[in-house]
Amino acid sequence: MKKNNKSLLSNQSFQTLLASLVCIVAGLLIGYIVLLIINPAQATKGIITILKNFLTYGSGKAAMKYFGNTLVKTAPLLMCALSVQFCYSAGLFNIGAAGQYVAGAGLCLYAALVWKMPWPVCLLLSMVAGAVFGAAVGVLKAYRNVNEVISGIMLNWIGLYTVNMALTPVKETASPYTLALSSENPSALLPTMGLGAIFSNNKYVTIAIPLSVLIAVLIWVVLNKTVFGYELRATGLNKEAAKYSGMKEKTNTILTLAIGGALAGLGASFLFLSGFEQWSVTQSSVPGMGFNGIAATFLGGLHPIGTIFSSYFIQHITSGGSYLDKAVYPAQISDLISAIIIYLCGFVAFFRYFINTQIAKRSKNTANSNDVPIETHASGKTETPASADGSKKGGDEK
Amino acid sequence: MILLIQYTLLFASVLMLVALGGCFSEHSGVINLGLEGIMVMGALGGALVMKYLPAGTSAFVIVLLVILASMLMGLIYSTLLGVAGINFSADQTLVGTAMNMLAAALATVIVKSINVAENPDNVSSTVQYVQAKKALIVNVAGFQFNWFMLVAVILLFASHFILYKTRFGLRLMACGEHPAAADSVGISVAKMRWAGVLISGILGGLGGIVYITAGVSEWKFETGVAGFGFLALAVMIFGQWKPLNIAGAALLFGFFRALSNVYSGFPFLAALKIPGSIYNMMPYLISLIVLALTSKNSRAPKAEGIPYDKSRR
Repeated sequence: MKKNNKSLLSNQSFQTLLASLVCIVAGLLIGYIVLLIINPAQATKGIITILKNFLTYGSGKAAMKYFGNTLVKTAPLLMCALSVQFCYSAGLFNIGAAGQYVAGAGLCLYAALVWKMPWPVCLLLSMVAGAVFGAAVGVLKAYRNVNEVISGIMLNWIGLYTVNMALTPVKETASPYTLALSSENPSALLPTMGLGAIFSNNKYVTIAIPLSVLIAVLIWVVLNKTVFGYELRATGLNKEAAKYSGMKEKTNTILTLAIGGALAGLGASFLFLSGFEQWSVTQSSVPGMGFNGIAATFLGGLHPIGTIFSSYFIQHITSGGSYLDKAVYPAQISDLISAIIIYLCGFVAFFRYFINTQIAKRSKNTANSNDVPIETHASGKTETPASADGSKKGGDEK
Repeated sequence: MILLIQYTLLFASVLMLVALGGCFSEHSGVINLGLEGIMVMGALGGALVMKYLPAGTSAFVIVLLVILASMLMGLIYSTLLGVAGINFSADQTLVGTAMNMLAAALATVIVKSINVAENPDNVSSTVQYVQAKKALIVNVAGFQFNWFMLVAVILLFASHFILYKTRFGLRLMACGEHPAAADSVGISVAKMRWAGVLISGILGGLGGIVYITAGVSEWKFETGVAGFGFLALAVMIFGQWKPLNIAGAALLFGFFRALSNVYSGFPFLAALKIPGSIYNMMPYLISLIVLALTSKNSRAPKAEGIPYDKSRR
């Protein structure tokens, strides 16, 4: 019995799950404390509102509809998270996902509203726009040694101002929002394929949602079952070793970021081509979708399948935050909780290291007393955080 | 023209202060991508002091308290990076990113809560400091001299002196270049890195308050500081991690940022009819180009970003 327990703890996936759950609980706890500080009387109700999200609506029908809305926004978030995750596998921190998302939104809406293109073309163009932004970061990184985080951030802002400028001609006259697709060009709306009916006729529930899950699986396959994926992961683990074993690290860097960019760009069209939201051409900050993607990635244990669940969770609490009583609590409490969760994810490597050293110690003790051979698989997986992170980030900016 | 110089100097002060902060942190071996967040928190500290100071406070006290409050907030907030990045060997890029997101959310939550408590109908995230801001400015023949400019210049020379002429500074830099060697001669790498991170917190926090008082007398905290923390990092890289070069780089970037504030005041620029968005994106565009040109032969501290593990010496 005890032995079983031990091997479960040394299982890497279980550790990841455990770490993520600890991060979530700790994040929610801190969020709850913040609510208590702001207004102790309603804090419990507040945190329950955030956690309940669409379940706040008593009747099944309304709840189902709002569940659909949360899913509509989960699809783009998942795509951004996959973008970050894919790049991180190659040791690249794609904070530019936010800008690639913006670029994708810009071009797909431009294609839909100005060129009156049907949705498949818009979808494709959003990927192209995102890929161009991603590749720009990749080229700067590979050939000019520019830190991908800084160039990513710069491109986020460049993208935002460019898109605002480009979409200004197709905005509604009375508001800063772009024209509604449903009236302007219905052919650009993503088909629902009957999915909307499941969610109490929520017309925003489109093929985007199953598609995003499918892409997550695809990313897993690419990363784990193809030569390209193997090379990416090798580059992520040790850039120099990958280079000296003949992998084209420069091309791979650019390709990785281009694919990452395409994913984030596609995510934007998943949202904007559903008609759920319209772009505001006066927005002065980069949409948070890309940044929340970072949260979802790390919470998902850097695994495409885990990312599906963590994206849903992050979106669930973000949507839940918008149901808070604005006169008592600001909706940004949810952002606060997601940010705390990412911060805590920074400790995951240490957490694993700690568990593994404990396991190694314990198995050593039992080995000494009972003459049982040491469980090598437990200590074999022990990885100091320094070696995991050092090799990834060591080559930057030099 | 005076306006352009004034804004250039102001924005250059911001970029220089924050870049100097980044410089201390990186010389000690820690990449501080959380500068953006540190700026927001520093700005919040200073803004709240300005909001709550009684009307009759003397100008000197206001300036002093605002500076101290923003420095203190920056210092406190930077401990998040210190704990995770130094003591727990966390991924510094991840922690920095989390800090930026956290600061934006936290500042918004704090300001909104204060606003709602004062007036239930006010759900904005704006802090106003019209009166107190006047204390920061001295009008010299049409040129609005801001005390922060002086502070920035003093801190510039102080940074140069500390880094290159003191035992502390040289030790700090040793920890960023070759921590194992520094450790072997009895320098505590963890302590030095903590010092670097905390100094970057102080300077970043101060930069934050300078940024939100440049030209405006209220600030909407939902917008954060618009990537200025990252522009400062670009300034730092362009300045090759050397304080005096950083000052020059800051002036260049500050000029382009100032241009977006004042371009409509120049007849020949207004006549070109370039949309405002172009001016807005100029600093970011310039920094990308500059980075592309200068990063190849960068003199980055060799060990930056790598958590120091004593057992691997």
